[in-house]
Amino acid sequence: MRLPKPLRNPSFVIGAAITLFIVGCAVLAPYVAPYGVEQMDMRNRFAGPSLEHLLGTDNFGRDLWSRMVFGARISLIIAVVSVGGAALIGTVVGLVSGYFGGWVDLVLGRITDIFLGFPAIILALAIVAVLGPGIMNVSLALIVVFWTEYARVVRGAALVLREQNYVQAARALGASPLRIIFREILPNALGPIIVLASLGLGTAIISESALSFLGFGLPPPAPTWGWTLSYGTRFMRDEPWLAIVSGAAIMITVLGFNLLGDGLRDLLDPRQLSRGGGERRND
Amino acid sequence: MIAYIIRRLLLFIPMAVGMVVVTFGLLLIIPGDPASVLLGQEASPEAIERLRDSLGLNDPWYVRLWDYFANLLSGDFGTSIFQNQPVATIILGRLGATLELAVAALVIATVLGLAMGVISAMRQGSIVDTVTMIFAQLGVSMPVYWLGLLLMLAFAVQLGWLPAIGRGPPLPEAFWAALTGKPQVLMDSLSHLLLPALALSAMPAAIISRLTRTSMLEMLREDFVRTAYAKGLRRPRVIIRHVLRNALLPVLSVIGLRFGMLLGGAVLTESIFAWPGLGQLTITAISQRDLPLIQGIVLTFALIFALVNLIVDLLYAAVDPRVRLG
Repeated sequence: MRLPKPLRNPSFVIGAAITLFIVGCAVLAPYVAPYGVEQMDMRNRFAGPSLEHLLGTDNFGRDLWSRMVFGARISLIIAVVSVGGAALIGTVVGLVSGYFGGWVDLVLGRITDIFLGFPAIILALAIVAVLGPGIMNVSLALIVVFWTEYARVVRGAALVLREQNYVQAARALGASPLRIIFREILPNALGPIIVLASLGLGTAIISESALSFLGFGLPPPAPTWGWTLSYGTRFMRDEPWLAIVSGAAIMITVLGFNLLGDGLRDLLDPRQLSRGGGERRND
Repeated sequence: MIAYIIRRLLLFIPMAVGMVVVTFGLLLIIPGDPASVLLGQEASPEAIERLRDSLGLNDPWYVRLWDYFANLLSGDFGTSIFQNQPVATIILGRLGATLELAVAALVIATVLGLAMGVISAMRQGSIVDTVTMIFAQLGVSMPVYWLGLLLMLAFAVQLGWLPAIGRGPPLPEAFWAALTGKPQVLMDSLSHLLLPALALSAMPAAIISRLTRTSMLEMLREDFVRTAYAKGLRRPRVIIRHVLRNALLPVLSVIGLRFGMLLGGAVLTESIFAWPGLGQLTITAISQRDLPLIQGIVLTFALIFALVNLIVDLLYAAVDPRVRLG
C-alpha cells in the first residue's frame, strides 16, 4: 500500500514533525518545563546537559530547557500575530489590486514597492525604537515590514484568477465585486497564502529573535531566545553552551517552518501561483 | 535602451519620495511628545523646548515634511541629538565599512551559491544534490548572528586562526599598500573581513543556490537545449552557453532583491564582530533614540537598496532585450 501523498513528501513530514513538537512544547509549557523560568540554583551554574537538566543551566543556574520552552511561547505568539496581521493586510491589498487593476493597482503597487524598498530588519528596528518594546509593538513592526510579500503574491494570483471562466461567469451573473473577490478568487488563492504564511512564520521568528538579540525585543526577564543568545555571548569564551543552545532552538524552529512551507508548496500549489514565493524576505 | 533607462530613472523618483515620506513618518508615530520621549524624563523643560524647536515640532506636519524634503535635497540629513554632528557626516564616516562587508559577502555568496546550484542541478537526485540542498536549507534557517558566533567560536576562540572582532585597515587602502610592497597590511585587512563576510554570506548563498538549481532544471527542459544537443554540441558547451546563461537572469534579479537582506544582516553581523560600520551606528542610535540619526540611517539603507536594484534592472535590460522592449 502506498502512503498518502503528504506523507511521501519528506520536507512536509519533517517540517510538520518539528513544528508539532515546538508548538506542543509552547502550548504545554507549564507541564513540559520541570523548573520555573526564574528558578535559580547558584550551586549549579553552567551545568552541562543531564537527566536533571536536559539542556543544562545558565549563568544563574536556571534550567535552560524550561527557559527554551517558555521562550518558544513568546516567539510563537509574536510570529503568529505578525504573520496573521501581515497576511490579512497583504491579502486584502493584493486582491483589490489584482482584481480592479488600473489606477488602484498602480497606487497600491507603488506603496507596496516603497515598503519593499526598506531592508526589513532595519525598518523593524526603527519602528520598535520609536514605539518602544513589547509584544504588540514588535508584532506591529513585523507586520509593517512583511505585509508586502502577501500583497505581491496575492495580486499575481488574482490577476490570473480573474480571467478564469468561472469568475467571468460569476460576473455575467451579476455578482458584486466584493462577492467575486471573497467567494470566487480568495478560496483559490489560499494555497499560496498558506505556503507564504508557513515560510513567513520562520522569517518572523528569525526577525523577532534578531530584535531581542540586539536588546530591542521584549525586555528581560522575558526568556526570549534572542536575549538568551545575547547574554550567552558574554560567556562565549569559557561557556559557549548557552549561546549554542538558544541559537539552535531558533534554527530548529525556523527550519521546521521552512520545511513545512516547502512541503506545502509542493502539495497545495501545483500550479505554482506563488512562484518566487520561496524567495521571501529573509532579512 | 535609452528610453528604458529614462523610464526606469523616472520610476526611481516617486519611489525615493515615498521612502522619504515613510522615514519622516517615523517621527509621527512616536507615542506622546517626541521631544520629551527622546530626551527622557530627566531632561529640563528648556532642553525639551530647544529640541522641539530644532525638530520643528512647533510647526504643522506638512510644513515639517516640506522642510525635511528641502533639507534632504540640499544634502542636509539633520543633526544628531547626542553626537552634535550633522547626520550625513556621521553616516558617511561609517558607510565604507558596511559596504566593504556587504560587497565581500555578496561576492562569496554569489560564487558559492552558483557553484552549489549548478552542481546540484547537474546531478539532480544524486547524493551530492541532496547534501547540497540540505546545506541550503540550513543556510536559510540559520540566524546570521548565531552562525557568526559559531564561526567566531571555532576559528577565533578555539583555533585562533583569525581575529575574533574588529576591522583591519580598509580594504581599498590595504590593496594599495600591498601593491606598494606591504602585503601584510592586506593580510591584516582580509583576516578581519573573512569571518563576518562568511557569516553574512550564508543566507544569500543558500538562496542563490536553490534558485540557480530550480532555474537550471527549468532551462534543461527547454527546446533550445535539445536543439543545441541535436546540433552536436558537447555537454559542457551546452551547459555554459545555453543553460547557465539563461538560468542566470532570474538569479541576477534575485541578487538585487536580496541585497536588502544583506544590508539588514550586516547590522546584526557588525554587532557580533564589532565591525565599525552603519550597523553598529544603528544600534547606538536606537539605544539612544537619536531620531534624526535613525531616520538618516534608515533612509540611507533604503536608498542604497533602491540604487542596487536600479543597477540590477539596467544590467538585466542590457542582457535581455525582452525586458527593455516589453
